[in-house]
Order: sequence, then structure tokens, then C-alpha cells
Amino acid sequence: MKTSNTITYLDAIREAQDRALADDPRVFIYGQDVGAFGGAFKATKNLAQKYPGRVIDSPISEDAMVGMAVGAAIGGMRPIIEMQFADFSTVGLNQIVNQAATHFWRTNVPCPITVRLPCGGTSGSGPFHSQTMEAIYAHYPGLVVVTPATVEDAYSMLLEAVAIDDPVLFCEHKYLYYHLKADKLPTEAMPLGKARIARPGRDMTIVAYSAMVHEALAVADELASEGTEIEVVDLRSVKPLDTDTVMASVARTGRLLCVGESFPWGGVTAEVIARVASEGFGLLDAPPQRLNAKDTPVPYHPDLWKAHRPTSQSIEAAARRLLRS
Amino acid sequence: MLLARLLDDKFASLSRMGKIHGGVFLGRGQEALSVALGLRLQPGDVYAPLIRDTAGRLAFGETLLEATRTILGSPLGPMRARDGNVHRGRPKDGMLAMISHLGAMISVVNGMLMAHRFKNIKDTVGGTCIGDGATSTGAVHEALNQASVERLPLVIVVANNQYAYSTPTDRQFACESLLDRAAGYGIKGHSIDGTDLNTCLEVVGNAVDQARQGAGPQMVVASLLRLCGHGEHDDASYISSAIKASPCGRDCLQVAEAHLLQEEWASPTDLRAWRQEASRRIEETVATVQRDPAPDAYKEDWCALASRHLSEGQSEKGA
Repeated sequence: MKTSNTITYLDAIREAQDRALADDPRVFIYGQDVGAFGGAFKATKNLAQKYPGRVIDSPISEDAMVGMAVGAAIGGMRPIIEMQFADFSTVGLNQIVNQAATHFWRTNVPCPITVRLPCGGTSGSGPFHSQTMEAIYAHYPGLVVVTPATVEDAYSMLLEAVAIDDPVLFCEHKYLYYHLKADKLPTEAMPLGKARIARPGRDMTIVAYSAMVHEALAVADELASEGTEIEVVDLRSVKPLDTDTVMASVARTGRLLCVGESFPWGGVTAEVIARVASEGFGLLDAPPQRLNAKDTPVPYHPDLWKAHRPTSQSIEAAARRLLRS
Repeated sequence: MLLARLLDDKFASLSRMGKIHGGVFLGRGQEALSVALGLRLQPGDVYAPLIRDTAGRLAFGETLLEATRTILGSPLGPMRARDGNVHRGRPKDGMLAMISHLGAMISVVNGMLMAHRFKNIKDTVGGTCIGDGATSTGAVHEALNQASVERLPLVIVVANNQYAYSTPTDRQFACESLLDRAAGYGIKGHSIDGTDLNTCLEVVGNAVDQARQGAGPQMVVASLLRLCGHGEHDDASYISSAIKASPCGRDCLQVAEAHLLQEEWASPTDLRAWRQEASRRIEETVATVQRDPAPDAYKEDWCALASRHLSEGQSEKGA
């Protein structure tokens, strides 16, 4: 079985772009080093050769990259912007949150751009190549923010991101690039905006997204050997946030732990807990808990990095505390 | 030019009467430069006007009704009362609706021009205007470099009106002339007296033609003076009398009218008649817009996404 698992999460992102370029003449890719070089992570490998003139190297100008995409989208195109690292998207923040996000509301003309954000920590990457940005973008009206956790979702959600008429922040996790594998690409998919029960359980709900889904699943495996059944909800998209699926899960389990790799102040985990507490307080048998990274920049050294972000060990400890309360 | 001046005057008057919500920003002193770009662009081109471009907007095809509806916050205007004053446009017709962040529209024009290139729409030009202050932003630098790398048919008109709000140019940049910047981007630069309509029409027109013919991005730097405050809330007391008396302090409308009389292309009676006709059209438009309904917050859609099913706000409607 393992030997047939040959398609990585990164392959899925490349394949989705290949298909988008093949199927839709409006699609083009613009970003630093995405052309002949194939991108810093090779997410656009061979695409410039296969689609001449449609996979274009940009100057190191994140603001102008997004501005260009907005103009092209208004002009009828479907641009995909690759940020080399999610961290650098802050240089293009203005164009994303003030130009792209407001355009449809203000003018009634949609702005269908996809901004790919290679995000999340890998050991040794340090403060400026490790960040997760979903909380910042989800805060703004007019944006869709997706956080695929599987090879299948990386493929289908990227295609859907390109297809919908709104600006989409596609948060792809760098740790998953090579660690996740599947044997084939999906032919059908859950719609964007729906969360997925990644593992059913009755004793506790862990809500997670992106790479943290896999840390949560590892904890669920571990505790299952002791007879505790943890339900893991993979949010898939953080905006829109599928509150119904989360609420239904909490109704089954009575306990909620929310896990995110982002910094702790505000963000997705706080939003999930606020919604459950205000709309489903009676469903809870214990105070809802959240686990995030520490409130410092992401550290460089692997020993510090591992302690900075949630891991299966810290999630397991939090889960055990919650089960006792 | 005259229509724009009188429309701006009317907006200022309505503002003093408390009839306008929010800020009012006028193009007084910049009409010659503004109208030159608006006139020289053609249907099918892209235009991203800025805050002092009433004249350029009208010349490019915006109607008095659309301008007035946006300024007065009518839900029947193109921005449907969701955005106001200078933040108006019709993107599908090539006129972009500016955001407030200076320099941010230039790369959007670049993107529209890239879309034309992809769709094989030939011989179009993108024109935009910024002030001396905006040239200090990173967005302008990124976008001009981008336009040059892609060799896009972009015309950027820099209105050096001597002050960015209250900040004089010696606190804004240290190069001798903003024209020096053009060479740094590898684009063609032109310097003009922005108070002289003939020069503006000729030089801006030439820049538009060159861009259309494939000569790459063009920059026109015009010297003029803002003959009003930054907005109507600003008395502009910081503008020195010396600069007002300098050549760039001339009123471009007066210069143009004097030229018409001198060349005997128009008589004083003609000028009075044009003014009366423009005023009549403006009064009529304002009267129409003042009869428009106010926006109704209960009927407002409150949906920021085109994909309605993905909008979070929808479930909270009426809550």
C-alpha cells in the first residue's frame, strides 16, 4: 500500500495548477522564480515550459504582484499569485485587504484572484519563513481563506479557489509538502466551506486545520489505545468557518479543544471557541480549551521550534487535562 | 475644465452647507493636466484617476450624474453609497475606483494592461495620476518597475502640486526633479508646466501616443500649485505667498481662458455663456440627485463576497 503512495501534497498543488492552466485560458501564474526555475519549492515545475507566456517571473514586489493580479482579474483573467513564503505576503497586505477584498463590495465587479501562501513552520526556518497568516486575512471581509490538510484537499481546493469569483488566500503548509502522500488525485471533493470529520469519536472534539490536523490525529490514535475516542474536525477552510459541523461534533462529545499553529492572540482557535461558547454553551461539559504557538516570533533552533508550536505531545497533554475536567 | 471647476465649486458649496458626508477633495489648479489625460485616453483604454481628477474623469466619460451621486452618497450611483466622494469608477468600462492608499492603483492598471495582452486586445493604453507625495511610497516604486519590466503601455502623470497635504516637496524627496526617477526605471520622462493647457494636451497626448505605439511606459511630471486645501476642511495656510506668486501658482483655467481671448477663439460673451450653461447643467444634476432616495440599511445586502454561499455574514442577517 505504502509503495503506491507517490503523489505528495506539493505534487497535488502543482497538478492542480497544471489542470487549471490547461482547462481555463484565463489562468496565469505570477510570482518570484515561478517561471523556468519552477518556484522555490518547485510547485510550478515545468509549467512555464508547458504553458509559454502564462507562468511569469515577477520582480521582488509583493505589493505590485497582488495589484497586478487585481487588475488582471478585473480585466477578466484568473491569476494565481505565488508568494515565495507566506511571511512575505505582508508586503502585499495592502493590496490584498484594501484592494482585492473591498473590490466586489464597492464596485459590484468581482476580483477572482488566488494567492498561494506557503506557510507554517519547518525546523530551522526561523521568524520570517515560518509564519501562518490565516488569522490576519480571515479578519477582513471579502476574502476566502482555505487551509488544506490533505493531498486531496490541496488539489481540489486549489482548483475551487481558482474557479470562484472571490479573492482566495490558499494557505498551503510547507511541512506537508513532502510528508503527505496519496496514491491518486481526487475526482470529486467536498465543497469549499465544509469541515470534515477526519476521525469520528465520542469523548472529545479536537478542532484543527492544516498541519495540526495530523498532530491531532496522532493524539487520537494514541488515546484510542486507552479506550478514549477523540473526534478530529478538520476545518479545511477557516473563512468561511463551518460552525455547524463543529457544533454538531461538540454536541456529540461535550468537550472541545481547538488547535492552531498561529500566534495565540485572537485568531481561528479563539473564533471557534467564541462561537461554540456563545451559541452552544449548553453542549459543553467542560470549559473549552485552545492551544496555539507561543506569543513570540517563531524560533530558529529545532529544540526551541518544537517547543514553540503545538505538537502531538503538547496536544495530548492538553487533551488529557480536558478529559479529566 | 470649466465644467470640472464649477462642479468642484458646487461640491465645496454643498460641503459648507453640510450636505456632503465625509471629505471633499477638489482639483482646483490641476484641471489642465487632469483633462489632458482624460481627453487623450480613448474608449477601451484604462484610466485610474486620483483625488484631483474631476476634469479627467469627465473627459474620460464619467457623467455629471455619476459624479454627483457618488459625492452625495446616492444609492443610485455607481458605488451605491457603499463608497463615496473620489472613490468612484466603472471598472468594466476601464475607469478604476481608487482606494486611498497612494500608489496602489498603478499596479492595478498594469494588471488591466496585462489582461489586454493575454486577451490579445491591442493598442490600448493605461493612464493614471499621482501626486508628488505618492512618489515616496513603495507601491509607486514597485509598480513603475513592474510596468517597465513588462514594457506596458502605461502613462503616469505626476502632479507635483508642491505640497503633500501640508508637507512641502523638500521634505518629500531630495532628488533635483521627480523627472530623474524616470531614468531609474528605464522609462521615458517628460517635464511640463501643468498650468498651461496647450502644453499639457501636447505633451500628455504625445506620451499617450508613444505608449500606444509600443514605446513602453511614459512619465509626465507637471509643475503646478493646488489652489485649495488638501480637502475642504483644510485652509492651506501653510502655502507661502511666494509660491503663490511664482509661475506654478497660476490658475490654469484663467491661463486657458486668457489664451482663448488672445487668440480670438472665443469672446468674453462666449466664456460667460459657457459658464452659465455649465452651471445650469450642474444645478440640474444636483437637483436630480437631491431627490434620490437615501440608502436603506435594512435593504442593504451586507455580503462582501460574490460567492454568496461562502459569505459568513449571511447566517447572521437579522440577528
